[in-house]
Amino acid sequence: MAELIHLEVVTPSGPVVSDDVDIVSAPGYGGDFGVLANHAPFLSTIKIGGLIYKKDGKENYLMVSGGFCEVSNNKITFLVESAEPGHQIDVARALRAKERAEKRIAEAKTQTEKINMTRAHAALQRALARLKVAERQPK
Amino acid sequence: MPSLKDVKTKISGVKKTAQITKAMNMVSSARLRGAQMKMEAFRPYAGKFNEALRTISGNMKSGAFALMQEREVKTVEILVVTSDRGLCGSFNSNIIKMAEKLMNKLEAAGKKVTLVCVGKKANRYFRKTGKVREKHVDIMGNFQMFNARAIAQDIAANFIAGGCDEVQMVYGSFVSVARQIPKTMHFLPVKSVAAEDAATATGQAGDYIYEPSTEEIMEILLPLYTNVMVYNAMLEVGASEHAARMTAMDNATKACKDIISNLTMVYNKARQSAITGELMDIVGGAEALKG
Repeated sequence: MAELIHLEVVTPSGPVVSDDVDIVSAPGYGGDFGVLANHAPFLSTIKIGGLIYKKDGKENYLMVSGGFCEVSNNKITFLVESAEPGHQIDVARALRAKERAEKRIAEAKTQTEKINMTRAHAALQRALARLKVAERQPK
Repeated sequence: MPSLKDVKTKISGVKKTAQITKAMNMVSSARLRGAQMKMEAFRPYAGKFNEALRTISGNMKSGAFALMQEREVKTVEILVVTSDRGLCGSFNSNIIKMAEKLMNKLEAAGKKVTLVCVGKKANRYFRKTGKVREKHVDIMGNFQMFNARAIAQDIAANFIAGGCDEVQMVYGSFVSVARQIPKTMHFLPVKSVAAEDAATATGQAGDYIYEPSTEEIMEILLPLYTNVMVYNAMLEVGASEHAARMTAMDNATKACKDIISNLTMVYNKARQSAITGELMDIVGGAEALKG
């Protein structure tokens, strides 16, 4: 058995994951990165996307939205605004959110409301990340 | 001596009041549990957040970031966080009193004061002063992180734009179910954590790999930090409000019971004297007939 790294995912509404895992992969500032046991101290911001961790040969998916992560002392901590395990994602709702956001973006071109555009883009990103995570999570 | 009917009406009125206060007490105790759970859930996030901020800011110069910029203080903004609803004892008035004291102190020192009110009670009290720059009402009942973010962003933007040089925060901190005290906290500019306790902060900050650069991370972290502070204050006020109302309603229910027992005494006395009076009449009448 390879060495493990302790993963913690914490959101404002409580801890989501606290577990010893084999590998963690997350959407960092400069693209996805993977972290194994005994990684050097590391700090990165996190974008909206899918977080994957492997434990006992099983892959687990989480949808995370913006925040940051810290690696130190063989421990990786994610501080994100929200985190949803793949099997808890409501696909129908995510699809609706995606359509809504796409519609808003398409319509906003005419009225060019900047604030709403950023919000719509963020919503779209979240919806897409949710769908991707839900799709990849093994049942 | 009040009439029997008057006393009876009064008793039934007080009884109804007692029912209401008792119900409010129970509602508050249920809500308090929810608010406390929310607070407990947030604690690890806030704790970890401060830890991370500490490691990063260990080798940071303050003043490099807009939110850490120390300027000569001419205008001070006070963020007052109270509840939206009353009937919770002196909870809100204590917060307001503290904010007002701070305001008077600052103004006596020749500084301009602007206010940001969260919660109806703060706004209602301060709006006549004309110093309220921004108000956020009717959100304390059910708020989320994004409510706190909106408030924090507004204040941060005003600070960066030079609308104020310092921000203080006054809110009701939750000590225990039986104790809630108003508290003043420094909010902006963000003080370098390293300056406060350099010994623990500098630890291993230099050995970290940062992605992106520390400066860019700080640009992202600092606004998040303000969100965390505001959210925390709101959570504490939320829990304190319910705890304070619970105590207040408990006292009210007790007071109602006292009044009821006093009134019952009065009622019984009045009834007894009425009976005595009637008996006297009857006896008197019988005596007269015998005559």
